[in-house]
Amino acid sequence: MGKVVLVTGVARPLGGRFVRRIQRDPQVDRVIAVDAVPPEHHLGGADFIQADIRQPTIARVLAESGADTVVHMDVTGTALGSGSRTTVKETNVIGTMQLLGACQKSPTVKRLVVKSSTNVYGSAPRDPAVFTETTPPKSLPSGGFAKDAVEVEGYVRGFARRRPDVAVCVLRFANILGPSADTPLASYFSLPVLPTVFGYDPRLQFVHEDDVIEVLRIASHEPERGTLNSGTFNIAGDGVLLLSQCSRRLGRPTVPLLLPAVTWAGSLVRTLGMSDFSPEQIRLLTHGRVVSTDQMRETLGFKPKYTTAETFAEFARGRGPGLLPPEALAGAVDRIAALPVLGGGHLPTQSAN
Amino acid sequence: MADAKVIPFDDDRSRGGAVQRPSRRRSAGSRRKSGESALVREVQPLPGRSFAQDDVPVTREEEPTPAKPQDDDGGGLERRIASGLAFLRRRLTGDYDVDDFGYDEELTDQVLMSLLRPVYENYFRVEVKGVENIPSEGGALIVANHSGTLPLDGLMMQVAVHDHHPAGRHLRLLAADLVFVLPVVNELARKLGHTLACAEDAERLLGQGELVGVMPEGFKGIGKPFGERYKLQRFGRGGFVSTALRKGTPIIPCSIVGAEEIYPMIGNAKTLARLLGFPYFPLTPTFPWLGPLGAIPLPTKWTIQFGEPIPTDGYPPEAAEDPMLMFNLTDQVREQIQHTLYKLLVQRRSVFF
Repeated sequence: MGKVVLVTGVARPLGGRFVRRIQRDPQVDRVIAVDAVPPEHHLGGADFIQADIRQPTIARVLAESGADTVVHMDVTGTALGSGSRTTVKETNVIGTMQLLGACQKSPTVKRLVVKSSTNVYGSAPRDPAVFTETTPPKSLPSGGFAKDAVEVEGYVRGFARRRPDVAVCVLRFANILGPSADTPLASYFSLPVLPTVFGYDPRLQFVHEDDVIEVLRIASHEPERGTLNSGTFNIAGDGVLLLSQCSRRLGRPTVPLLLPAVTWAGSLVRTLGMSDFSPEQIRLLTHGRVVSTDQMRETLGFKPKYTTAETFAEFARGRGPGLLPPEALAGAVDRIAALPVLGGGHLPTQSAN
Repeated sequence: MADAKVIPFDDDRSRGGAVQRPSRRRSAGSRRKSGESALVREVQPLPGRSFAQDDVPVTREEEPTPAKPQDDDGGGLERRIASGLAFLRRRLTGDYDVDDFGYDEELTDQVLMSLLRPVYENYFRVEVKGVENIPSEGGALIVANHSGTLPLDGLMMQVAVHDHHPAGRHLRLLAADLVFVLPVVNELARKLGHTLACAEDAERLLGQGELVGVMPEGFKGIGKPFGERYKLQRFGRGGFVSTALRKGTPIIPCSIVGAEEIYPMIGNAKTLARLLGFPYFPLTPTFPWLGPLGAIPLPTKWTIQFGEPIPTDGYPPEAAEDPMLMFNLTDQVREQIQHTLYKLLVQRRSVFF
């Protein structure tokens, strides 16, 4: 008896990759891929069902397929294609409610995996430096994707209470980066010049796409011996990068702006509809956020392949050089070092940095 | 401070000489000066000097590692330039590491400490005593008095530990949330290894075996009027004791003399403070009357004394929940700091010398 896995949000590259990957697992018989729009990428041998999870049809899909594992990946910050923020919010919140309602009715569902985000912790100067899964956020996100994620998690907790027989796993991912990741942060790092908030150097954590797929796989199968894969887990690569480090490694110069100016510019850009640069992104780029991954290692038994720095290096390779490539700067310094006459005049430069 | 006179002069003065660590000092001038002052005031300077000699090999061992400018001969200059350029290269390309708290060890060691060191050595002429009370490894909580309107005492304590401890330990200070709200200040504080004064962060740092510094008086201590100098304020709610108890790390009381007089606070512009969102707005004989010039601290002579560690590992795990024990230990630490403060005040010849 193999498993039947239902995956939502497959029209996104990450969902598509996960569908293709999980089919190769021997214990999986059938994969049902669900999304409101047909995906542009192929889904291997999975059965694609075009269904909007905001509609009750999802209950019929779930009942007919007899899925025993549901992987809910349709909790995202950005719209696919030309959707507005309202659509995204509805898909996140109403979609989750419908899906959970369907799961509650279904006798076959044994396992639910929800892709959440570390955005639920918010980002405030009065928060502890490192969030654990139990840290209560000091300032609940007031809107945007972070609030969606908080609400989604609330509904999932309610579901877990009502259906204690279903193993529920909530995975809070740090910023996902990778060759195909299309997150607000990835588009931020693609700007030729990075606007930053003056006087703040946020700590950031990244998780590689490959690790995302892998941890979703671990969560959707039976737990390995000695591990437990139900509960809430922070998922992030090891280590921390400062925004200044990121910009230097990318070779993109930064423009520090005063915080009020950044907030104002952000809302202007949002109003003009040029990009979805939400207030919570600005907060993240002001105060940063670091989560503890002890639970992920010890309870879930997952070791990420990529550290934060490696994830970022991989991402930087895929983006091409910026205006100030680190190699060029390093070369310039090496040329100075190779100069035959060296005065003491370089020492002030050293201390200035 | 009349009652302080009855406290006998006692034995731990002989350790004063131990603290003058000639090998780490860069300027021979200041070394000689402090050595002389130790000679003048020490009844028995010889044990102190020999103690310092014992320590020399320890520091020698770790000297080659960073690009610390040590000697001024020709080969040294070349090496300094080379290491300076290597440092510049790493900084420009973002090729350095920070920990989860944003602590940038390289920047702290090579730049920020070099900026603080002149203030420490030449302006406040800090004399450190009892640095051997700090364990060479493992977590420990240093609890100090807080004073001086601006938290210079914390920074000086950090330099004291960094420059004088034989194992070259780094002090991780716990700072008020105001520090992490202010731009620039928060960035520097994070890079210096400071973090928010909350139980989560303190426990995490102690669990990693770090040396953590805390000033439990908080704003009550730093913003007290000049007339109440060297009178310890209430020690918060004793949270630092329960944190140390939970981690079983020793508590090291630390008394700082001299910081009280750097900005004699004779008044407090409460309305202005409220407007600016600060806990107090100091009025000193010079500030704000002389403008920025009035913000220069008075060049007082400082003494930092680390006291005997108070062990906490002998208590059962539930001791951290015992309020009586917590209050007792808090009082013990407080008494010890106050006692040492009085003792140091009696020994002090003058505020400025």
